[in-house]
Amino acid sequence: MFSLDLLTDAVVAGILLGGFYAAVSLGITLAFGLLDIVNIAHPAFVILGAYGAYVGNSRLGLDPIVAGLLGMPVFFLLGIVVYRVYYASFEKRGDESLRGLVFFFGIIFIIEVSLLLQYGVDYRSVDAAYVSATLELGPITLPFRLAIPFAVALGLTLLLHLFLSRTFWGRAVKAVSQDHLALRLMGASPVRVKALAFAIAIATTSLAGALLIMIGPIEPSVGREYIGRVFAIAVLGGMGSIGGTLAASLILGVLESLTSTFYGPSWALAVSFGILLVVLAVRPAGLFGR
Amino acid sequence: MSGRVLLAVAVALVLAAVALTRVLENQYYYFATYVILQYVVLATAWNILGGYTGYVNFGSAAFFATGAYTAAVLIKAVAAPFPVLLAAGGLVAGLLGLGIGYLTLRLRGVFFAIATLALAVVLQTLVVNWGYVGGSRGIYTLRPARVPFFDNYVEFLFVVMVVLALGALATAWWIERSWIGRGLVAIRDNEEAAECMGVPTLRLKLVATTVSGALMGVAGAPFPYYLTYMEPTSAFNLDYAINSLAMPMIGGTTTWVGPLVGAVLLGAAQQVATVTISSALNLLIVGLVVVAFVFLAPEGIVGLFRRWRARARA
Amino acid sequence: MVRHRRPGIRTRIIVMALIATFALWGATAPAALAAGPIKIGFGMALTGALAGNGKAALIAMQMWAEDVNKKGGLLGRKVELVYYDDQTKPATVPGIYTKLLDVDKVDLVVSGYGTNVIAPAMPIVMERKLAFVTLFGMAVNEKFNYPYYFQIMPTGPEPLTDWSKGFFEVAMKQSPKPKTVAIAAADSEFAQNAAAGARQNAKKYGLRIVYDKAYPPPTADFTPIVRAIQATNPDLVYVASYPPDSVGMIRAAHEVGLKPRMFGGGMVGPQYASLQTALGPLLNGIVNYHFFVPEPSLKFPGIDAFLKTYQERASGAGVDQLGYYLPPFAYAYLQILGQAVEATKGLDQKKIGEYIRANTFDTVVGKVKFAPNGEWAKTRVLMVQFQGIESSDLSQFAGPGRRAVLYPEEWKSGSIVYPYEKAKR
Repeated sequence: MFSLDLLTDAVVAGILLGGFYAAVSLGITLAFGLLDIVNIAHPAFVILGAYGAYVGNSRLGLDPIVAGLLGMPVFFLLGIVVYRVYYASFEKRGDESLRGLVFFFGIIFIIEVSLLLQYGVDYRSVDAAYVSATLELGPITLPFRLAIPFAVALGLTLLLHLFLSRTFWGRAVKAVSQDHLALRLMGASPVRVKALAFAIAIATTSLAGALLIMIGPIEPSVGREYIGRVFAIAVLGGMGSIGGTLAASLILGVLESLTSTFYGPSWALAVSFGILLVVLAVRPAGLFGR
Repeated sequence: MSGRVLLAVAVALVLAAVALTRVLENQYYYFATYVILQYVVLATAWNILGGYTGYVNFGSAAFFATGAYTAAVLIKAVAAPFPVLLAAGGLVAGLLGLGIGYLTLRLRGVFFAIATLALAVVLQTLVVNWGYVGGSRGIYTLRPARVPFFDNYVEFLFVVMVVLALGALATAWWIERSWIGRGLVAIRDNEEAAECMGVPTLRLKLVATTVSGALMGVAGAPFPYYLTYMEPTSAFNLDYAINSLAMPMIGGTTTWVGPLVGAVLLGAAQQVATVTISSALNLLIVGLVVVAFVFLAPEGIVGLFRRWRARARA
Repeated sequence: MVRHRRPGIRTRIIVMALIATFALWGATAPAALAAGPIKIGFGMALTGALAGNGKAALIAMQMWAEDVNKKGGLLGRKVELVYYDDQTKPATVPGIYTKLLDVDKVDLVVSGYGTNVIAPAMPIVMERKLAFVTLFGMAVNEKFNYPYYFQIMPTGPEPLTDWSKGFFEVAMKQSPKPKTVAIAAADSEFAQNAAAGARQNAKKYGLRIVYDKAYPPPTADFTPIVRAIQATNPDLVYVASYPPDSVGMIRAAHEVGLKPRMFGGGMVGPQYASLQTALGPLLNGIVNYHFFVPEPSLKFPGIDAFLKTYQERASGAGVDQLGYYLPPFAYAYLQILGQAVEATKGLDQKKIGEYIRANTFDTVVGKVKFAPNGEWAKTRVLMVQFQGIESSDLSQFAGPGRRAVLYPEEWKSGSIVYPYEKAKR
């Protein structure tokens, strides 16, 4: 059942969803793409952020996005702590590939189970005035539930991009992934720079989590569905490229949406991962990789 | 330890297992031990690629489920006899390993890990959409009413798993001692250097992925009969991926003994916890234990033991 | 000089591991046999995907045990529930049930929650010829054909089609008669079974299926699906979904402006307090299945007292606050077992099984009689329409009036507002 309307709608929905995926994946691009830290626990942090937004919304009556923003400094500190532990135990010893991975695996568990014990398995969602509203733009209907996360995600991407390209510390982050020694000579400690970058990555999860709970209800194990997606996006976009991450997220979102609409939603996830496999086989540097 | 001694021990264990089934009526121990032995196979299989070669496989569930669903298809289509199920499960999963290896092993290890994750998702989607095996509605595979020699089917499955576990350990032991094992270690330590020295890295890695995948498939082949009702979520469960990674980490990744120790300890702990503590704490414990080991005993229990022995000698 | 070789390091590790294993096995050795209480064993989903309902069910079951013990127990002996967390994982079930039977030596077993954990227990139950009352599994006995299997979910003697029959019967009574139907179902066991039944029903009533697709449970956004459905312009939309998807579908339907004549059918979720408050007025007009609503037509003896006690226990326990879905049935399936034990004056499984087959029982969910295949003799899948919901306040759902029972006839408590467009307001 093909019609131009349906196609446009599918593409628009895909773009909006893709924007949200970008918000979730930016942290991985930083941690994994630039710093080579395989933080598979990233989606678990996103869920933690989502619960943070839930608590902010239900206990303090905050708008979820505000709650997410307020959570960012807390998550930033958390990121520093996690990185320091990771560095001291693994990176310093050169053990990071296998053991660091398992360390993050363990963190997934700890986060998930703690949330489980605290909040149970009931689905949680947020109450915000605009969550059910829609915006009509000519023939296209934009649900706020998706449009707002999209806008926020774009903002976050832009901020991150500016940070990495215009500020001293941002450039230091890009430098540390390319050349430790040169960075030292420029007066910055690689470890501190990496800690900063990782902490920023974790801070983004607070906001990403707030967006997640806006889109749909959550419970502690929802993060597992995203483990594959975020790495797929990071790889597809080319490791370490912020713009690449955005592009890859949009592509993935649109692909999923088109498959969902025209072939059946059942295949949407397989298509994205199938594409990932193909890209890995043909061009591992991703679409925009260096 | 010489191969002949180990072979004698293995045969003795199989005979002991069979003898046990004559004596012990309590089915609980058979079921519980079945699961632990299944993990011995999975952990050993994972370790061939992960511990020996240094390539992390996140998609153990994909290979396990491939073996399980291959068996289910054969059971449904032609009521195939049991040895055929094992062989077919191993063969198909092995080919899968070969395929995925060929696609991705030319890349850095971490990309292989991501590819295995993607593989699990793609395969699960394929199975879910495959009507013949019931898709997400699942497939019922009733156990044959009678099995020769054993009192009931569970005892038969138990002995089968004992044999499979020993077979997996034997395979790992043999690989470790052979030129393949030495090549894999060279790859793990420094792949570029190994290449320069003429080690056929791609071929060896393909051998490792194929063998690893095949063993996981063989472990999965009896699964339909073990549960009698199988659906994709349980066959592709994340548990298999997590445990086959955690067990060698805990036991020690450098020898064939490590996965055995890890599987027995962690598997037994999980079985006990299921029928005692029995709550969300169960999961927390797994996470904490794994993290603790990663910090305190990076070389696993085997490593701890070695250090203790070395100190005792000095 | 003979040199004795000390066992190698590897041998020692193996020996240590074996010792450790046996030590752990010792920890699970059976406790001294107690002659006193009657032990009822089961696995229950206390963690994992279905834990929300599993924990609610456990509360109801514990209430039953307390109520029975207050009245003197069964056959003069106290009742004790022995249970383990099956983590909503089928792989744990064989181990749990054999532990219960062989090690803990329980007298009776009942099932856990859901097809996935009921099916793996069947071979064990059948081998030992036990009476087995089960909690919410879909058509499990079709393959096993076991005479002592009993299902407390009120689906009816033909579970696959009875599930959605009500939706279609209500639809076909309306005028103008609907001609087309769209079916959307989650890719998981229950939803696919429901969809299969819906397809059969659609054919039976001569409806044309214009959309029939499944979606993977971890779908974040339902707008593409709903738009695709809308593009086919169906008169009826039948959805078989789990709680997060139900929310996603309903929200997307409102955003897209889906306008079928009837919408709903097989959504799991709108029966739960947490979803009712999350969706509030978005639920208006949806015609969905339910098993119990506090409408005047469903005032069964004992149900009010049960709900009151349950709701007291549920507050703060992280489970469904209202308890209209699973808990009354969890209480009822134990009631049936208990009554059968008392009636046969013993623990003979065959006698208990035969008794349950042959009799009608009075429970908190009304009179229960089983068909020969173990399902309910008469279907009681209610079709309920949400009406007049104004806000997200939970108290609206705590009593009658907002969910009109449309089907079956004998439980009717209101009339449908048709089409869906009208009822949305």
